Amino acid sequence: MTAAPTSTEAPTYPGARRPDRSRSVSSAGLRIAVYEWGAPDAPVILMAHGGFDFAGTFDVFAPMLADAGYRVVSWDARGHGDSEHAVLYSWAGDMRDAAAVLDTCGPDPVAILGHSKGGGVVLDLAHALPHRLRALVNLDGLPSKNNWPDLADHERTKMLRGELEGWLDHRRKVATTQRKPGSLVELAARRQRMNPRLSTEWLEYLVPIGAAASEDGYRWKIDPSLRLGGFGPWRPEWSMQRLPGIGVPVLGVLGLQMELMGWGTLPADVLPNLPPGAEFHAFDDIGHFVHIEQPRRIADLVLDFLDRRAG
Amino acid sequence: MAAPAVPNIITLTHGKSHLALHLLREGWGRPLLLLHGLGEHSPATVPEHLAAWTGPVYALDLTGHGASTRPQGGGYTAEMLMGDVDAAIAHLGSVTVYGRGLGAYIALLIAGARPPDVHGIILADGPGLVGGGIRPGSPHIPEAGVEVPGAPDPFVLAEMSRDVRPADYAVEYVRQIMQWSGLDQPIVVTTVVRPEWLAAVVAEPGVVECSLADALALFVGPAA
Repeated sequence: MTAAPTSTEAPTYPGARRPDRSRSVSSAGLRIAVYEWGAPDAPVILMAHGGFDFAGTFDVFAPMLADAGYRVVSWDARGHGDSEHAVLYSWAGDMRDAAAVLDTCGPDPVAILGHSKGGGVVLDLAHALPHRLRALVNLDGLPSKNNWPDLADHERTKMLRGELEGWLDHRRKVATTQRKPGSLVELAARRQRMNPRLSTEWLEYLVPIGAAASEDGYRWKIDPSLRLGGFGPWRPEWSMQRLPGIGVPVLGVLGLQMELMGWGTLPADVLPNLPPGAEFHAFDDIGHFVHIEQPRRIADLVLDFLDRRAG
Repeated sequence: MAAPAVPNIITLTHGKSHLALHLLREGWGRPLLLLHGLGEHSPATVPEHLAAWTGPVYALDLTGHGASTRPQGGGYTAEMLMGDVDAAIAHLGSVTVYGRGLGAYIALLIAGARPPDVHGIILADGPGLVGGGIRPGSPHIPEAGVEVPGAPDPFVLAEMSRDVRPADYAVEYVRQIMQWSGLDQPIVVTTVVRPEWLAAVVAEPGVVECSLADALALFVGPAA
């Protein structure tokens, strides 16, 4: 049995700062955990994390923006972090939760930033509620093509059968499933398989935030019914098709180092879709988690962009 | 003396949803499983037009409908509702599925995902047959009306009338069914209305268009 460490043993990480304030928002009855860094009366940057992450993954990046004079607001997506585990999960549900948080950010239009799946959410929000935004930042959240590899039809049919049955078998068990417990070090090591470019020190810092301690160790808080990948009618390129129509200043960032959690999108996929005046940067030396791998560089990019374009 | 009460509602669990599976009529052989349309719920008795089925007849209230769970905060997908039907299959074993409207689309999905356990599907007209079309519309925040006790979840009405049903996605399921169901004619379409996803289904080789009476005759028989 692994003893759960007390909070005094929680690891620290250089530059990481827990939010200055936390609160919760009801999204049609579902409790969403919301966090803020920076002065409450400063201009808002609303930030959406990616799938299987939580707002605590902004603990280095968000303070950099807050210290430059912004009120940074983020939230744990439904079923993630400290937000309530929902009966149902969908894109529409995530959109409504985002809008519920946005509704609590004051009457002025906000800058909105999304990473990965959160980048897709902010693209849709910019179309659904254009009057609420004054700038949009997308960090490696521009999916470009179908995930299906180029396979013969019969191979593809076999693969889909495995996915469908596997998902239904999983659904038959989820009422009683728990995430696997482990020590802080074990959970960080498991996460490193999904995030191979992130340091052990950083992942160990995240464990006491994203995981709950119990007698037999830590468990990630994310709803055990959620799993990576899967199938469905959604086509990644539909998100990219939101980009050309964005009417507020846009900053797009790609990390070109390929990894499991990324989309494999290339600059050539993005360039034809940029709206007039959009700014775009692709970094050869960064992976999918651009703001975690190089927080200072990305924060400076965002701050300079907002200074010039959303003042 | 009154006839002994038949315990006619079975409660199933799918994730955090509790689902009502109604036994409408007992019988021998493979069950017919009825899936209602969007905003509907299971009928109390076997509908007249399905009376020719000789086996037992069950009907499932999908999440958000009838006597099943009303979740907080919506988030409906056709795939999650397919999981509801899988909970019924886990209980009943091999079934023939008759789906109306939204239930017809869900019937296609479950037949493609559990081809050995679904002995034929009959797709019928009903509420929610069209969905949101084959590609997404302009992004919007699906808001729901006021919740009324006993009525369907307003979120299921808001969300499942707008879900995207690409034709090629529907066809993927048809191919799963054709390859692995073990039946020559596993899909029967009886609808008058043919939204694009369903037109694509009908265009696939082996999909049958016929009357409901012929469809029932095609699938009725002893349990496999």
